[in-house]
Amino acid sequence: MKRILSLLCLVAALWAGSAGAALDPAILKGLASDDFDAKQAAVAGLAAAGDDADAQRLLKALSDDAVAVAGERLLIVAGDQVLDAASGAALKPAPANPESISLNNSLRQQVDGALAALRLFSTDTAERLAAARLLLADMGDGAVLMPLLDKALAHEQDPVIKDILVRLHAQASLGSPDATVRLKAVQELGGSASPAVKALLLGLLDKQGEDFVEPDEKVRLAAQTAIKAIDGRLAWSDTAGQIFTGISLGSILLLAALGLAITYGVMGVINMAHGELLMVGAYSAYAMQALFRARFPEFVDYYVLAAVPVAFFVAAAVGMAMERAVIRHLYGRPLETLLATWGLSLVLIQAARLLFGAQNVEVANPAWMSGGVQLADNLSLPWNRLVIVAFSGFVLLVVWLMMNKTRLGMFVRAVTQNRPMAGCVGVPTARIDTLAFGIGSGIAGLGGVALSQIANVGPDMGQGYIVDSFMVVVLGGVGQLAGAVWAALGLGVVTKFLEGWAGAVIAKILVLVFIIIFIQKRPQGLFALKGRFVD
Amino acid sequence: MRVESSISRNAPADGQKEGWDGGASTSHVLKPGELDLSHGVMLYLDDITVSFDGFRALNKLSLQIDAGELRCIIGPNGAGKTTMMDVITGKTRPDSGKAFFGQTIDLTRLTEPQIAHTGIGRKFQKPTVFENHSVFENLELALKTDKRVNKSLFARLFGDDLDKISDTLKQIRLADQADRPAGLLSHGQKQWLEIGMLLVQDPKLLLLDEPVAGMTDDETERTAELFVSLKGKHSLMVVEHDMAFVEALGGKVTVLCEGAVLAEGDLATVQADPRVIEVYLGR
Amino acid sequence: MRTPASMRLVAGLGPKGWLAIAAVALVAWVGVPLAHLMLPESHPLHVSTYAITLLGKILCYAVVAVAMDLIWGFGGILSLGHGLFFALGGYSFGMYLMRQIGREGSYQSDLPDFMVFLDWKELPWYWAGTDSFLWCLLLAMAVPGVIAFIFGYFAFRSRIKGVYFSIITQALTYAAMLFFFRNETGFGGNNGFTDFKRILGYSITAPETRVVLFGLSVSLLLATIVLGKALIASKFGKVLTAIRDAENRVMFIGYNPLHYKLFIWTLSAMLCGLAGALYVPQVGIINPSEMSVANSIEIAIWVAVGGRGTLIGPVFGAGIVNLSKTWFTTSFPEYWLFFLGLLFILVTLYLPQGVVGLWAKIKARKAEKAALAEARASVAAPRAPAAADAKMPGGAAATVAKGA
Repeated sequence: MKRILSLLCLVAALWAGSAGAALDPAILKGLASDDFDAKQAAVAGLAAAGDDADAQRLLKALSDDAVAVAGERLLIVAGDQVLDAASGAALKPAPANPESISLNNSLRQQVDGALAALRLFSTDTAERLAAARLLLADMGDGAVLMPLLDKALAHEQDPVIKDILVRLHAQASLGSPDATVRLKAVQELGGSASPAVKALLLGLLDKQGEDFVEPDEKVRLAAQTAIKAIDGRLAWSDTAGQIFTGISLGSILLLAALGLAITYGVMGVINMAHGELLMVGAYSAYAMQALFRARFPEFVDYYVLAAVPVAFFVAAAVGMAMERAVIRHLYGRPLETLLATWGLSLVLIQAARLLFGAQNVEVANPAWMSGGVQLADNLSLPWNRLVIVAFSGFVLLVVWLMMNKTRLGMFVRAVTQNRPMAGCVGVPTARIDTLAFGIGSGIAGLGGVALSQIANVGPDMGQGYIVDSFMVVVLGGVGQLAGAVWAALGLGVVTKFLEGWAGAVIAKILVLVFIIIFIQKRPQGLFALKGRFVD
Repeated sequence: MRVESSISRNAPADGQKEGWDGGASTSHVLKPGELDLSHGVMLYLDDITVSFDGFRALNKLSLQIDAGELRCIIGPNGAGKTTMMDVITGKTRPDSGKAFFGQTIDLTRLTEPQIAHTGIGRKFQKPTVFENHSVFENLELALKTDKRVNKSLFARLFGDDLDKISDTLKQIRLADQADRPAGLLSHGQKQWLEIGMLLVQDPKLLLLDEPVAGMTDDETERTAELFVSLKGKHSLMVVEHDMAFVEALGGKVTVLCEGAVLAEGDLATVQADPRVIEVYLGR
Repeated sequence: MRTPASMRLVAGLGPKGWLAIAAVALVAWVGVPLAHLMLPESHPLHVSTYAITLLGKILCYAVVAVAMDLIWGFGGILSLGHGLFFALGGYSFGMYLMRQIGREGSYQSDLPDFMVFLDWKELPWYWAGTDSFLWCLLLAMAVPGVIAFIFGYFAFRSRIKGVYFSIITQALTYAAMLFFFRNETGFGGNNGFTDFKRILGYSITAPETRVVLFGLSVSLLLATIVLGKALIASKFGKVLTAIRDAENRVMFIGYNPLHYKLFIWTLSAMLCGLAGALYVPQVGIINPSEMSVANSIEIAIWVAVGGRGTLIGPVFGAGIVNLSKTWFTTSFPEYWLFFLGLLFILVTLYLPQGVVGLWAKIKARKAEKAALAEARASVAAPRAPAAADAKMPGGAAATVAKGA
């Protein structure tokens, strides 16, 4: 009953709106009344006013809870200023005892919907697009919007927005009592790739008691065809989405494993505290965020950029200290080194707990990293993940250049291949060890910064990564950058696909089994150097 | 030393003519894994190629060692001597080619322990003994016996075994060191211990990689005597750089170069070969 | 050496060793029960329930430590998966304890409470026969044994060694932990098994039951040590340490290291399983956190603290570390991880032979001093042989030979 009433009001108001008069006093009166039904009708009227500036201002104010009533007069309170709702003129002095207007939830929804619908008439293309997308996500009652959509469709020039409007229109027409209109709408919706549309169409095939929701046989058939078409499109973008999340997981693994590959390659030891170096990097990002918030609040969005070098050097310093103090003295005893570095990791975890508390800390994405690129209705690539993929590519490039184009890199490769020989020809192996360890740790620190943008930052965060990143090193073959890259990306993508198919735990177990079988066939990894090993 | 090996009775070599029990024409059926020396050939390598990332360590190497023969292998560094031993003992699989022990045992299909069981013993370039075990225990471990887990759990040493160990201890002149940890021996003594381990293992073919490196002249001389005395009963393949030692051994000499056989013959012939002089002895 | 195996077992331990074992067994089976059951609580020699449970727990840990030492100290293979085998044993026996609860659970059902909670109507197939004590005891050994065997076969066959092997075992443990955390796995998910009531019909909290469990733990530990001694003294033990020191050589004299490693690895896992089966009724709970990565590495540090390559060292190590843990976590909980971390670092850096090695060193130094004094007193003589022995590189093996 209420719906029909508001619809009637709306249609009536549309006529009034097109006449171009100022705000209808009946609407204002309705808003000022205590009856929610009257308010609802008034809001519908405001919406129907379309591109009228006064109506839009009033709707905006309603949504902001800034509308008050004083006597018969409707006011908009904007900071110190008080405006007359009907004309928009500033009132001085402000009327005494204004009473703010209360909205209930359904009313608020209606206001927001109306606001969005009204924005379809904005002169700014971007705003129209945003409004159309908003409606696509949640249209509410289609019938109410129909006239507005008709009007907008007639005006719209932009092809993208027009596309969306056509779909909105089709969606809204599903409620039409005319079967041919519904059939046409269903056929049009078949061109979409949205899970929401699919759900809508599936709803048509449901039964309510004995009868189908959609009484017409032809429309139901058309709906089935449409669903199939949508499914095809959804499957494609689902796969693309899985590949992307796999690559983004792989790039994190790569950042974690690159450092490990260097330290393991050079010194032949597993640094069990490597995960804690990721943690050090992540806490560096947290500390930089705190510093920027306190000192340079205007640049807080760029704290990540500052965190990158800080994390690198802090983690590198921790790593070099570990190498000097402990690992160096265990040379040639890899199993003991494993235990000692595990001890180091415990100390680092406990230190982080004492310094920053045992709880996870909050590291926020900067504004420019939030949101994402919408490629399809069910495929959106978040910016933070895109940035991380690009960042690990950058780190990889730098590491490659360092290993292959610098003297230090040459020394590191020399020590990796044949330590005694490198020592004999004058490579300062002890210093190379420390430097290589520092670089490997620094890269882990960079990985920590990346991780802080997508995962929880807490004292225990590093523990989960040591096994995975070692698997990357095992798969890729020791001392092989190319191997590490392929292994990391491959593991990431395979893990994500298995997760989609069998769940996270089973996926983890399957990956482990796969690695064990793989090592049966190629004990030296994907990209191993063959040769005569003396052992 | 108690040596019981069919080779000892049939050496030198020409088994088929003598018509001993394993002739190809007779109906004797070999047990699986048993060494067939019916043609007098102990080791047969044919067209073996091994490459590491494009580098050919062995390049179509063909070599044949007869039963009871003592063969010296010489060649410059990187000629493929150690890789050849790796192929024979199963440590490295050849990319192509055949490697047969006797007539029937395909070495390219067996694992290291299986090859050791069929009767090939190897001494490494760098002496490797069990440093935490006593000299006696080192020999006990190497002793020819059933080496499966269930036997080892309840194994005991009987008179024959003890005799064999103490004989060998005397032979390698370590009788007074029997209870010392092998890690405390001198380099030359370790070499001897490793040779002793080969002896108690009683292999039909001994591969010896630079057995006299680090030995005094006196020790070298005694080693040469020992090897010569083994000749006939066992086949030996000795890789050595020490020409005086090679001369003392006196067998046929094979020169390896760049993974293939360059020359073969007695030492004097080989040394006179201009190609050998060119690549190895000349400079 | 030419004596039957049983005689060698006796000889291997020596009269002193057997005397020590008899003394420990006497205390465990007579002294502790009397002190717990007979003496009043105010008596200074009274052994409280808390103490008996704590000691029983540490004894189970000590069995795990000895098992770990067999594979690490003598075989040179560092396993980071022994926590898994321990927990598997615990879970296997835990199934029996869960079935013994009967209808006394909060849902008064024949099924364990967590299954009722999951709305399961009947026991899953792998719970078949778990109402039998013997079957579960068998499972406690067989499940870790079979898993260790299969995993070990593939790992050793492809010659995975050193840190590779350690990390792969760690990954295995991690995967298993995730698996047991799932409710659908059928082992109680997060909460695991707890609230046990009875064992073989006797109340699990009764003092007499506790005393028996404690005695069994002591016996298991003694049996493990005797078995370990026999193994190490046999030719098998010599081959095992030879594999640790120079695996290549062992292969070329005709032993297949795969079989030797597999045997000791599987045996070690089965011992862990038995220890786990005794642990669960004493502690009263088993859950997947028992399989955490950290737990398995801690086992290695017990062995390292006590002294690798000796059988008695790990027992001391398990005791020292776990008593300190109890003390720290009650007195200074925030410093426990610091202590444990530093213990890892310092022991590997400065005490490679553990406390047993330290003790041997001190003894050797005393002997050296005495010999030196003697030498000075008589004539100017060369250095005493004891000094040379103390410096020999294979200190571990020598300590083994001398034994506990």
